[in-house]
Amino acid sequence: MRHSGYQIWLLTLSLAAATFGAIVYATGMGHIAVPATEIVRVIAARITSNPALLVGIDPVFPFVVFDVRLPRILTATLVGGGLAMSGVIYQGILLNPLADPYTLGVSSGAAFGAALALLANLSMMGHFSVPLFAFAGAALTLLVVLYLSSFNEQISANTLILSGVIVGAILAAGISFLKYLADEQVSVIIFWLMGSFASRTWADVAIVAGAVLCGLVLSLYYARDLNILSLGSRSADTLGVESTRVRWILLLGASLVTAVCVSVSGIIGFIGLIVPHLMRFLVGPDNRKLLPVSILAGALLLLVADTVTRAVLPVEVPIGVLTALIGGPFFCVIFRRRQRRAV
Amino acid sequence: MTTANGFGLTGVSFAYGETPALADLNISLKPGKFYGIVGPNGCGKTTFLDLLTGGKSPDQGSVTFMDRPVADYRRRDLARLVALVPQDFGIDFAFTVQEVVLMGRHPHIGRFSSPGAEDWRQVDAAMAAIGISHFKDRFINELSGGEKQRVVVARALAQQTPYLLFDEATSSLDVRYTMQIFNVARSLVKEEGRTVIAVIHNLNLAAAYCDEIIFMQRGKVVTCGPTDTVLDEAMIKNVFGVENRVAFDDFSKTKQVSFRYWS
Repeated sequence: MRHSGYQIWLLTLSLAAATFGAIVYATGMGHIAVPATEIVRVIAARITSNPALLVGIDPVFPFVVFDVRLPRILTATLVGGGLAMSGVIYQGILLNPLADPYTLGVSSGAAFGAALALLANLSMMGHFSVPLFAFAGAALTLLVVLYLSSFNEQISANTLILSGVIVGAILAAGISFLKYLADEQVSVIIFWLMGSFASRTWADVAIVAGAVLCGLVLSLYYARDLNILSLGSRSADTLGVESTRVRWILLLGASLVTAVCVSVSGIIGFIGLIVPHLMRFLVGPDNRKLLPVSILAGALLLLVADTVTRAVLPVEVPIGVLTALIGGPFFCVIFRRRQRRAV
Repeated sequence: MTTANGFGLTGVSFAYGETPALADLNISLKPGKFYGIVGPNGCGKTTFLDLLTGGKSPDQGSVTFMDRPVADYRRRDLARLVALVPQDFGIDFAFTVQEVVLMGRHPHIGRFSSPGAEDWRQVDAAMAAIGISHFKDRFINELSGGEKQRVVVARALAQQTPYLLFDEATSSLDVRYTMQIFNVARSLVKEEGRTVIAVIHNLNLAAAYCDEIIFMQRGKVVTCGPTDTVLDEAMIKNVFGVENRVAFDDFSKTKQVSFRYWS
């Protein structure tokens, strides 16, 4: 199944093309259908600020394309890429192909922060109070988990996963308690937790784009070190990798990307787990090839899922529920296959 | 106690939290020799190797390598001089054997460079020396324990370092492959003047291959010296607490230890 270098390039390029095509196509889908040629014209008109291109186009289209659909579509695309990237990094650092942004409790921390903000009905920072609290929750959780699992400045993969699970369980109880306190407002919290890209703005796009871009640069810079880390830290150290430092940097980077993604979208599961897993099957475990391919595939997958729930299904299903419903069983199949091979 | 070259340990102590692992170690390891480290389980052999690689820093005392403190080396520079074959070699990701051996070239390849002709030559030579070329395209996570261990040894050889540290590098191997690896190591010492420092459990292997043997017990070096002088019945009885006899063996043309297994 593993492909050669030339085929991997082709795969990367086709995924990039497919993602771009899907962005344009998805922008046309919805309650008001916009033809692809007109989308391209609207975008070109905005970029070149040439109103001549808009002649003959329904005046509602530029509004629908720019203020409603593109922010949501781009946010979904970027979050998909960001979650898949974090998944690749977590799996590499934790030496566990089944790890993902949830394993460290980072997502639960973000959820707890968001639930707190929603419960207190915090509006002092306007639109950004929920994302900010989610981000703070994720960052704090990460610090606690790292504190629990580091000893003599070393972090071990096993204790990281255990600490993540423990802290995640405590936070889950905390969220339940907040829901209980919320009484009649509980639906707001529940909907946020289920994840949604509805009514995203260009500010969201910019924040996620910045985070994902930083994460991408960082992870590609350390991609080969991450490969070597899969030999274990003793070997990595003697091969010239500053394994403790590289782990810390990548762990912080991936967690920040996760926190930013969760803060704009709510909880979206399984993308960070399944996409890297599938892509590893196609291109192998070399992170220099795996990272770009996974980011593109994650972006494409989440965009398609969001478009399905937004424009295809008769009722909008929360995106987090959709990815879990599709991803969960799929994951069970992968897991079962791995076990059978291991026996 | 520093030497012009090689490793020097002066007054080195190391503890895991409250549990002492090594206490007041003073020893120097000269280049161009095959050292064997022997001692009971848990006597600090692996910790000793970790101090040499800079993987752990001593709580007290100093570890020098080529007259400079090990801690002063950049990891990458040290990795071009010292290679380690660790005890644990589980890899969960499906890298091919060749990719794993190529990882041994990591300290020699620039961050954004690709492996060059010399790197591939060393990878091929290392795989040929250990006899794993015929399964270079198989996945490391699908190999048997012994096969994995041979891949990890080849990776260390590809690193092309003047110093090689083996932490029970042949623990999962049958007698034939064990001898093959020790013969390769022996020829690197004899013909290229490299230094091998190996933790060995099998006393007869140590007797056959090592120039010098270091006996360790409870975090201390009991003795260190040429194999012929330090390997004797009283020392083995003292360190391991087993009845034994050391005699020159005509067939292997080396000192060999035999044990009284039951009485």
